[in-house]
Amino acid sequence: MLNRILAPLSAAWKEATDSQVWTSIFRHGKPVSNRNRALVMMSNVFLHLHPVKSRKAGIKLRYTWCMGGITFFLFLVLTFTGLLLMFYYRPTVEYAYADIVDLQEHVPLGIMRELHRWGAHAMVITVWLHMLRVFMTGSYKPPREFNWGIGVVLLVLTLLLSFTGYLLPWDQLAIWAIAVGSNMARATPLLGTEGPLSASLTLGDISLINAGNDARFALLGARSVGQPTLLRFYVLHCVGLPLVAAFLMAVHFWRVRKDGGISGPM
Amino acid sequence: MIDLFKDLVNWASGPTVLFTIATLGLLAAFRFTQVWSKTSAKVFFAVLAVFYTASMWDPDFFLIVAKPDNIPITGVIFLVFFFTWFAMHQGIQNDRRSAGEGEVLEKQESEKVWVWPDLVYTEMLAMVILSIVLLVWSILLAAPLEQPANPADSPNPSKAPWYFLGLQEMLVYFDPWLAGVVFPTLIIVGLMAIPYIDTNPKGNGYFTFRERKAEIVIFLFGFLILWCLLVVSGTFLRGPNWNFFGPYEYWDVHRVEPLLNVNVSDFFWVKLLGRPLPTGGFFAALMREWLGILMVGAYLFVLPVVMSWPRDKFPTGLKWLSCHHYFEKMGATRYYLGVSLFLMMMSLPIKMYLRWAFNLKYIVAFPEIFFNI
Ligand code: HEM
Repeated sequence: MLNRILAPLSAAWKEATDSQVWTSIFRHGKPVSNRNRALVMMSNVFLHLHPVKSRKAGIKLRYTWCMGGITFFLFLVLTFTGLLLMFYYRPTVEYAYADIVDLQEHVPLGIMRELHRWGAHAMVITVWLHMLRVFMTGSYKPPREFNWGIGVVLLVLTLLLSFTGYLLPWDQLAIWAIAVGSNMARATPLLGTEGPLSASLTLGDISLINAGNDARFALLGARSVGQPTLLRFYVLHCVGLPLVAAFLMAVHFWRVRKDGGISGPM
Repeated sequence: MIDLFKDLVNWASGPTVLFTIATLGLLAAFRFTQVWSKTSAKVFFAVLAVFYTASMWDPDFFLIVAKPDNIPITGVIFLVFFFTWFAMHQGIQNDRRSAGEGEVLEKQESEKVWVWPDLVYTEMLAMVILSIVLLVWSILLAAPLEQPANPADSPNPSKAPWYFLGLQEMLVYFDPWLAGVVFPTLIIVGLMAIPYIDTNPKGNGYFTFRERKAEIVIFLFGFLILWCLLVVSGTFLRGPNWNFFGPYEYWDVHRVEPLLNVNVSDFFWVKLLGRPLPTGGFFAALMREWLGILMVGAYLFVLPVVMSWPRDKFPTGLKWLSCHHYFEKMGATRYYLGVSLFLMMMSLPIKMYLRWAFNLKYIVAFPEIFFNI
């Protein structure tokens, strides 16, 4: 009985995998022989981030916790859901909030905002955990010092991505969190109106640093959180920071390979 | 009985007690490494889970912990505990292996294996599981949206995003130029400097504790206590006006906490000498603050030098201060960089305890130029 169903299915599968379309996409057989296992890793642009063979300990879940990989996957999820959100969201004080409401109430299957928000929370946590495991296995030691540094920048970028995104719903939570966060910039030494020594930066009688040009103003594009801030954060959140992060991730992965693959005892 | 328990928990989660308990607990766990066993992990997580679940019946606890945006913080608690345990557990197992006849596990598994399927399947599985988790989480829990932004009406408490609450907590003890600008910069620079400061060649590429005790103790103290604990308490235990509220307490907006903080200059001039603070001009301000400046200067610039002296130069009882062997091993540049960063990190707990013990506000205070330490 079972055979009656399975036999045609497997015939159809064979037909499909022998077709010109299939063989034009996958230029090698199933990865069951060692030769094909090597070929699949080398001929697929996504898989070729990996080596063909790797030390057994290094690919164990108990060693890497797959935490870097999970972080990367979350970044991809966020890029994709973020793109969908951009179809609906307009970064203006007038529309932003209403667009968010619409996204949840009127867009069919509207869980894009949820996926994006919870995914972002999760990514912050997984970056920390990834750093924890890299530290605890001593993987920052030579020759991986530089890649650890790249990682620290990625950590900062992840936090900044999350921070800039926090403002976009334009609700009370959003603007006041950003207000609290950006207030600190006022206290930047030399560059903030309320920072140490900035009062000493004067030209004759005119003080050079004021609320209209200090570090906080540069961050917000205004004296307080407003339309210029929303636009600024939107551009950074959707274009600037993701580009830099993606670029650095490429460097990060490249260096993992060039530094000799996942770390292991000498 | 239940009320007694709640009072106890409320008391134990106060900043002073919680910070002290957590720090001592962590240090004890490094001293008595048996605690990183599977059994104690099971007991620990069972207790934590029971505590969490049972507490959900308390309305004040539920109100804060079940807020949709606070769910990740519960995640932080469980995940950070789990993975810290997991790393330490493997490290201690490896230490046992290498102390006996054997080699560390990562060395035993040195042979090469095919990445397809061994790794690719794991990654595939991770992606599937994570996707399911995210989907379920998103279907069950709507992303919160508060009232439309109103620049005229600031909510109380106004909190930064949760991952910055450690910095916001620092604002209690330091001015914004330190808590919001200098310390974040130092954290980033300090993290990046770790591989260049730490010259210990051991423990590269496998879990271990014994071979890199100092590194691990310092890093985990920073990560677990100074970062994660402050994030968690900033989320769950800091209410209106950034006042402390126990997990079973109602966030009362009208609660007022007396603030009677005094500066080192007050201690010296007013309390010790019984004189008013010197006033008028730059030099009067310097005179007012001389003791504080001396203290900070000694801490940042003299202490590192003193610490580099050999043990026999120290009187008994202070010998632990000697880091001479590090000075020898690391060389002057690395030693001074490392010790300075470490002292900067320790300035947070030091300032905390000074505040709790003496109501100390500023060690050095030049409010005229926003330069307060
Ligand atoms: C957006 C953030 C990040 C992504 C997507 C990412 C991704 C990855 C991936 C996929 C790996 C391969 C091994 C693994 O999964 O553990 C890796 C390794 C590594 N990562 Fe990251 N990472 C990020 C942030 C960081 C951070 C914050 C640090 C440290 C401060 C860091 C330091 C390293 C180092 C040193 C390695 C090599 C580890 C080894 O060879 O054992 N990365 N990263």
